[in-house]
Amino acid sequence: MRSIRYAIESGRAIVLTLDAPASSVNLMNAGFRTDLHEALAAIRRDLQAHPELQGVIITSAKSTFFAGADLKALLGVGPLDAADFFREVEAMKADLRALERLGKPVVAAMSGSALGGGLEVVLACHHRIVVDRPGLEIGFPEASLGLLPGAGGIVKTVRLKGIQAAVETLTESRRLTPKQALEMGWVTQIVTHEDALMPAAFAALEGGHCTQPWDNPKHRIPGGGPTNPSVAAMLSVAPAMLLEKTRGNFPAQEAILAVAVESAGLDFDTALRIESRWLTRLATGQVSKNMITAFFFNLNDIKSDRSRPSAEAARMTMKLGVLGAGMMGAGIAWAAASRGISVVLKDLTREKAEQGKALSARLLARRVEQGRIPPEKAQATLQRIQATADAADLRGCDLVIEAVFEDAALKAQVTQEALAFANEELIFASNTSTLPISELARASHRPENFIGIHFFSPVEKMPLVEIIRGRQTGDAALAKAYDFVKQLGKTPIVVNDARGFYTSRVFGSYVNEGMALLGEGVLPARIENIAAQFGMPVGPLAVLDEVSLKLADDVLHQELDAIADAAGNRGHDHRHGHGHGHDHSHEHGHGHGHGHGHDHAHEHGHEHDHGHGHDHAHEHDHGHGHDHGHREDQGRRQGRRTAPRSQRMAESAVYVLEKMAHGFKRMGRAYGGGFYDYPEGEPKRLWPGLVAFSRAARPISDTDIRDRLTMVQSIETLRCLQEGVVRAEHDANIGAIMGWGFPAWTGGTLQYVHHVGAPRFLARCKALQAQYGDRFAPPAILHTLAEAEHDRASAA
Amino acid sequence: MSEVFIYDAIRTPRGRGKSSGALHEVKPIRLLSNLMRSLAERTQLDTSRVDDVVIGCVSPVGEQGSVIARTAALAAGWDLRAAGVQINRFCASGLEAVNLAAQKVASGWEDLVVAGGVESMSRVPMGSDGGAWAHDPEINVLTSFVPQGIGADLVATLDGYSREDLDAFGAQSHCKAAQAQAAGYFHRSIIPVCDELGLPILDHDETIRPETSIQSLASLKPSFERLGAMGFDAIALRKYPQVERIAHVHHAGNSSGIVDGAALMLLGNAQAATTLGLEPRARVVATALTGTDPTIMLTGPAPASRKALARAGLEANDIDLFEVNEAFAAVVLRFMSELTIPAEKVNVNGGAIAMGHPLGATGCIILGTLLDELERRELRRGLATLCVGGGMGIATIIERV
Repeated sequence: MRSIRYAIESGRAIVLTLDAPASSVNLMNAGFRTDLHEALAAIRRDLQAHPELQGVIITSAKSTFFAGADLKALLGVGPLDAADFFREVEAMKADLRALERLGKPVVAAMSGSALGGGLEVVLACHHRIVVDRPGLEIGFPEASLGLLPGAGGIVKTVRLKGIQAAVETLTESRRLTPKQALEMGWVTQIVTHEDALMPAAFAALEGGHCTQPWDNPKHRIPGGGPTNPSVAAMLSVAPAMLLEKTRGNFPAQEAILAVAVESAGLDFDTALRIESRWLTRLATGQVSKNMITAFFFNLNDIKSDRSRPSAEAARMTMKLGVLGAGMMGAGIAWAAASRGISVVLKDLTREKAEQGKALSARLLARRVEQGRIPPEKAQATLQRIQATADAADLRGCDLVIEAVFEDAALKAQVTQEALAFANEELIFASNTSTLPISELARASHRPENFIGIHFFSPVEKMPLVEIIRGRQTGDAALAKAYDFVKQLGKTPIVVNDARGFYTSRVFGSYVNEGMALLGEGVLPARIENIAAQFGMPVGPLAVLDEVSLKLADDVLHQELDAIADAAGNRGHDHRHGHGHGHDHSHEHGHGHGHGHGHDHAHEHGHEHDHGHGHDHAHEHDHGHGHDHGHREDQGRRQGRRTAPRSQRMAESAVYVLEKMAHGFKRMGRAYGGGFYDYPEGEPKRLWPGLVAFSRAARPISDTDIRDRLTMVQSIETLRCLQEGVVRAEHDANIGAIMGWGFPAWTGGTLQYVHHVGAPRFLARCKALQAQYGDRFAPPAILHTLAEAEHDRASAA
Repeated sequence: MSEVFIYDAIRTPRGRGKSSGALHEVKPIRLLSNLMRSLAERTQLDTSRVDDVVIGCVSPVGEQGSVIARTAALAAGWDLRAAGVQINRFCASGLEAVNLAAQKVASGWEDLVVAGGVESMSRVPMGSDGGAWAHDPEINVLTSFVPQGIGADLVATLDGYSREDLDAFGAQSHCKAAQAQAAGYFHRSIIPVCDELGLPILDHDETIRPETSIQSLASLKPSFERLGAMGFDAIALRKYPQVERIAHVHHAGNSSGIVDGAALMLLGNAQAATTLGLEPRARVVATALTGTDPTIMLTGPAPASRKALARAGLEANDIDLFEVNEAFAAVVLRFMSELTIPAEKVNVNGGAIAMGHPLGATGCIILGTLLDELERRELRRGLATLCVGGGMGIATIIERV
């Protein structure tokens, strides 16, 4: 019994202290299972030998009571292991069942959190006492990892609190406070101080109560079983309500609902066995692997600073400068001030800066209204933000982030303005979403202190921040940025410098593919619905409307200019031929969000104060998208033949973009409409004019549409990995999920390759490439992954 | 294979399927057993010669449980040798009972079979029997279960039927039914429901509203909008991604009514008729079943009818009259458009929108109505068809003799 200390205390009780060796937590691993089995034998023996013993107390030597399943081991459980896994689960449950049927009281004494399997150990006790401590969590997080509570968690919660409450709590992986857990029936008693815990546990032995509610023949399920008419009425709708949220992509949630319902109509022991079978299905399946990889291992890699230079000392940001008080600047100021950082929020005029500060005032007022913070604290937070038009106020800042319009010249100007007041240590960051950091860094005489910190919009809601390391960015700057992001309570990923970095680039591949499909004549509703069914929070056309087609158009032109530059055939009149020299009427940053997909910021194109509107004068008679025919730009017209052709976008996508932006002049939601119409007070509707793109094209299957929209993102991720833009799996996966809402069930764009299976993914890429073009060409790294997977499979 | 003849077809009037409906006070077993008594009386039937009583019932639980066919035969005082079986093919149960009876006779292994159906929807509500399809979450998800109304609205959305199109059809149903009722076209088949002393309870279809118009229907709220928003629309769109959103256009006025009622039909071979002195009214020409997508659920009538026509070696225009169950207006409109059938051949005396759809009985009722009308118009062939839960379709072709 290495993980359980066994003792008889005061001659009254057997006390089991859970204390896994060489580990900071107790886990339900093979060692624990064996130890529990041995402990049970010892308990039976001692209870028989010493009838004066009143019962058993289970407690923990760790700061948490019990942390749950051994996820590392679970990653290794494959379809071929089903029989063994099922047997192990059943054996474990048999021991927990034996514990609750000892005939003597068993008490759980918890001074720390009990999650997952840990809570299931607790639920095998008749008395469940917990210390009411802030931060102590009790719950079943299994569903968030694609699993279900399979050691009695579902069956017992249903019997304690009813089908509906159990399903809601478990499918949403809710973690409860001790008080809420008492309400759920998970614990039976709360003590206020740790000192009171063991006395309460001994006292609980006194009554001799040792029958679980489910072993009482008179016990009825609260709210009724599945044949109860009101429950039955709920049952036919419950799956639809669940699928509305999960789109059918989360097998764990469906399984929990199925087990909860079926178990409620069965005797307790059969119900437990059904639960084990469903757990085995989930644990041997792929989605749990994806979610464990992303939400446990990848997130832990980020939490443990795997992408941060380890030699650098921790660096707290004390005073932050924010240049530009638009939507993004205001959001960054809020994020920092609300975490106790002093902020200097600078814009061209004091008035503009105050407008930016007003965002924090609004957010704080809402929190005060909701009773989440006291008014004094709100006041203090607001006072941390100094709104100014004077660059001299930036003195003393240890980090400055510029969030001005997406224009290299303007950015250079504000960079130099700020650096004039900077000390040697200052780290300067650009919140650009597209402009290469290494080029922007030229504006600084200390490029090693220059870095990209790319926030997502709306900053106050989006959890991810993409840190971009320029060619000359030093470790100190990277460590500073990384620590700053963590200081904000956000999740940092670290990528290297390249056009579009990581998130904008891969996100772009998604929306471009949406336009490509439209351009090939696929009905827009099909494109949007199939993307939504895969789990993308918003369809590609809808999200393009949100970020504005103008942004997409600008990005396209930036790319084409760069290509022309590289080819050395760009005329001097080019830049102005675009008509967007300095008149950027948008900020950058995507409004697409993970988890709140319908809650977009619409900052793109809102702010016309800097510009005179976009004045493209395109011809619209050209049939093909890669033809940009600006009337005033003969140079481009000539250059057309010698190339500018997007390397990222299919011709049909360029065609759709040009036609929408310049032909139909439908630039997106902020411009009054794009792919959708936005009738006042009604849901948006696809714009009927999109019929212009419909044609009797060759039919494209739903599967092809899905794979094109989704695999293109994984392929682009693989390219980023291959090019060194992304360096680590955790940055790729978490960036995809938290950045632009690639569905959680996939485990991220990189993990999705493993979901499909790398060899199959490779074959599929080749097929898509043959049919739809070279953007589906498998990157070399995919061949490597496929071979590795193949080798592993043959080894196993 | 023996030829199968229809010797008689009778039914109860249909009563509003609520506690305020006239037939709510009548036990389903009595709706059926009294009708059996009437059948035996008016055909002078030697019930000892009945091989089987096949009764459709869609919620065969509670008062309708425990093989209501056999219980009703006993309650009706029929000879003990008349066996009984209860069947369920959702909304097609009544026609399935007829088809199964016809197949029994055609096989040559039975001579005389009574078919029919019963449903007291006011006393045993729809869904009372539970079942894995809707109530087992695993299977519900697996089969993309949605309530039928969502499927009906999906049919309308896909085919472009507007609310006005459907309301016009609904109003027509009432108008045609009212005329037929006033002209006494249903008299031959309707057996008034009486209490055990013979005191009258209901002698006519209770839900026909002659004053119904597109205008009067316009104010009715869509019935399935809320259910759709709860998640069922999204499930339907998983299979029909080409639809941006489902237009919820069906409501109580262009969908079948919930009613109580029962129906019976006497089928047999030629020899049984001779022995018993029965006069054949029609011949069963062909029957057919099919399955389609269970999520849209209601598109079975056209493929089932094509199958029956093919089996009979006939074309759609060989059929003189059609009865297409008016589960939802869009179902009938789609059927007519798929088989290119003129409206004047379809449901000429109204349908379930006006008179209601007592689930287990309807198929038998509409086949009887079809037979009456073929005789009245002195036409030859008729086809009855219904859409069926779970995405099935059923059709029966008859021919007067």
